[in-house]
Amino acid sequence: MTEATSVRQRTSDTPPSRSIRTFLASTEIDTRLAGMIGALAVIWIGFHVMSGGLFLTPRNLWNLSVQSSSIAIMATGMVLIIVSRNIDLSVGSLLGFLGYTMAMVQAIWIPTTLGLGFEQPYTWIVALGVGIVLGAAIGGLQGFIVAYGGVPSFIVTLGGFLIWRGLIFRYAQGQTIAPMDATYSLIGGGPLGSLGDTGSWIVGAVAIVVLAWTVISSNRRRRAYGFPVRPTWAMATVIAAGSAAVLGFVWVANNYFWPPALATRYALERGITEPAGGLQIPTGIAYPVLILIGVTLVMTYLATRRRFGRYVYSIGGNPEAAELGGINVRRTIVRVYALMGILVAISAAVQTARLDAAVTNLGVQNELDVIAAAVIGGTSFAGGIGTVTGAVLGAVVMQSLRSGMVLLRFDSPTQDIVVGIVLVAAVGLDALLRRRSTR
Amino acid sequence: MNDVARTPLVEMRDIRVAFGGVHAVEDVSIDLFAGEVVGLVGGNGAGKSTLMRVLSGAHPADSGEIRIDGRHVSITNPRDAKTHGIETIYQTLALADNIDAPANLFLGRELTDRTGTLDDAAMESATRKVMSRLNPNFRNFKQAVKSLSGGQRQSVAIARAVHFNARILIMDEPTAALGPAETAQVRDLIRQLKAEGIGIFLISHDIHDVFDLSDRISVMYHGKVVGTVIKSEVTTDEVLAMIIMGKAPGEVTERELAALHG
Repeated sequence: MTEATSVRQRTSDTPPSRSIRTFLASTEIDTRLAGMIGALAVIWIGFHVMSGGLFLTPRNLWNLSVQSSSIAIMATGMVLIIVSRNIDLSVGSLLGFLGYTMAMVQAIWIPTTLGLGFEQPYTWIVALGVGIVLGAAIGGLQGFIVAYGGVPSFIVTLGGFLIWRGLIFRYAQGQTIAPMDATYSLIGGGPLGSLGDTGSWIVGAVAIVVLAWTVISSNRRRRAYGFPVRPTWAMATVIAAGSAAVLGFVWVANNYFWPPALATRYALERGITEPAGGLQIPTGIAYPVLILIGVTLVMTYLATRRRFGRYVYSIGGNPEAAELGGINVRRTIVRVYALMGILVAISAAVQTARLDAAVTNLGVQNELDVIAAAVIGGTSFAGGIGTVTGAVLGAVVMQSLRSGMVLLRFDSPTQDIVVGIVLVAAVGLDALLRRRSTR
Repeated sequence: MNDVARTPLVEMRDIRVAFGGVHAVEDVSIDLFAGEVVGLVGGNGAGKSTLMRVLSGAHPADSGEIRIDGRHVSITNPRDAKTHGIETIYQTLALADNIDAPANLFLGRELTDRTGTLDDAAMESATRKVMSRLNPNFRNFKQAVKSLSGGQRQSVAIARAVHFNARILIMDEPTAALGPAETAQVRDLIRQLKAEGIGIFLISHDIHDVFDLSDRISVMYHGKVVGTVIKSEVTTDEVLAMIIMGKAPGEVTERELAALHG
């Protein structure tokens, strides 16, 4: 108790130190995360300069956010898989399979097979529900074989990689299933599948309130126990930085306007006379991005604040210790895979809705992007280490590289080469820093 | 101490464990009373750790019976053992290196609030309380235990066993990784816990440790118990003869005893 109070006295009135490290330590910001945000800033500014000012525009950033969301949603689950010392190579094929199934539900089974017709109000939710339940079941089955069957996860999910892709062709002999239900399509984003400006500002305001509440209440809890707490200025810095990021993001999304053709049609339908220069309708945060934000929050909560997450991390740190601690290791592994299946289903909905179709190569190579995102985000293949937010940032880094290279007119093989080099370099750098920090 | 009329806290009867065709533990019977320390000694591979893993639920026995307070109990996993008040400090410590001390202390028994959310502050508070008693110099409550010293890691493992009001404590080489000062601290702790009425099985290679702390000593040799002796009735040489030759004190000759000192 005396120790705690003395620490508090020492920190609470210290002015912000010159050293970045002590500054980060008192704000309790993860240094690895801060490093990634720094790297992302360098990438963004680099592309902006090289592309002659095309990268940091509302239009490009809005597209970047939508393009990142599908991989990022799955990466939040892949983190837990890798943390538990496993791998899932099947996510790309499973995404294709689940996307196909959801497309069949809304384009064939409900309207034709059951004879209920198209565009029913319940169509989108039934399709999504079928996908999520099936995803959880398939993921859980793979996890069951890993945990109880004693087959290495690499093998089980390599089998899944082949099986789920193969089943797509059994479904529809390689046909494209289209179009999707109109409500379902909104999940994919686009001008209509976005919040608009008022909704986006409300979401931003809620995010800031939640952020402030989380930081302050955690400090209050620690103070109640007499533990050392973050100094007030550090709390204020965290809240201010977080709020600035939220407001900046909302501002960018609201400054991307509907394409002129769509705006004109909208004006015609509503009988609005278009002003000179066209109607400027703010797009706002796209639904898939909103889904990603929700998934990130839920997954972070599960990973850090629930027994489930604590078990996953302890299994990754020392499976024997977890077992001896009385943790049901096998059941936990099954749950991790079931959760991965649910996230794959959500991403499958985002991708099919965005395409407004299910095609046979849906999700091809996604497993590699998802694993790369998790690993660039600081997840260690040795197990036990990795964060959900890191994986999301990893997905954004990857997508930034791809989208920047498109702006610079790099061809697709060159993009692959660059992403490959960045992947290896990022992990190498991480390993180097980790070794230095433990010394 | 060995009041025959009292019911033993723990009785293990005819325990058998085989790995493949090899009998790691063969028809072993052993008991422990409340407030007693029973030293369990023997060479490498004698079966001490395996026998204790049976009691801690880490490895179920192939056959045999375990009684606690005279009642038959079934221990098939570590959770069973813990519900019977059996706590274990493993030789490997069994810590998850990537999480912090409070998380390790409450591993598998996390404190949560009403919504099922982990109550990290409460767990840290409890950890600080136990540590202030076991290792007052302990400061690193927020760091992964990987970055702690051997002694600090040991104290986390001990804290975990002590915090949950164990009635039966299994300590497998609790001082193997420790320096002299920390070893003395663990010895004091063992005496203190014994005085509180906890029964302790102490596995150690160090015959002097065992002689110092135990009331009785059970010697294992090739998976069997050579004998259980009352510490005050034997010499270290006699126990050494049991460990090395597998012979009970009556069976060993003066010449063989002398040969031990070669």
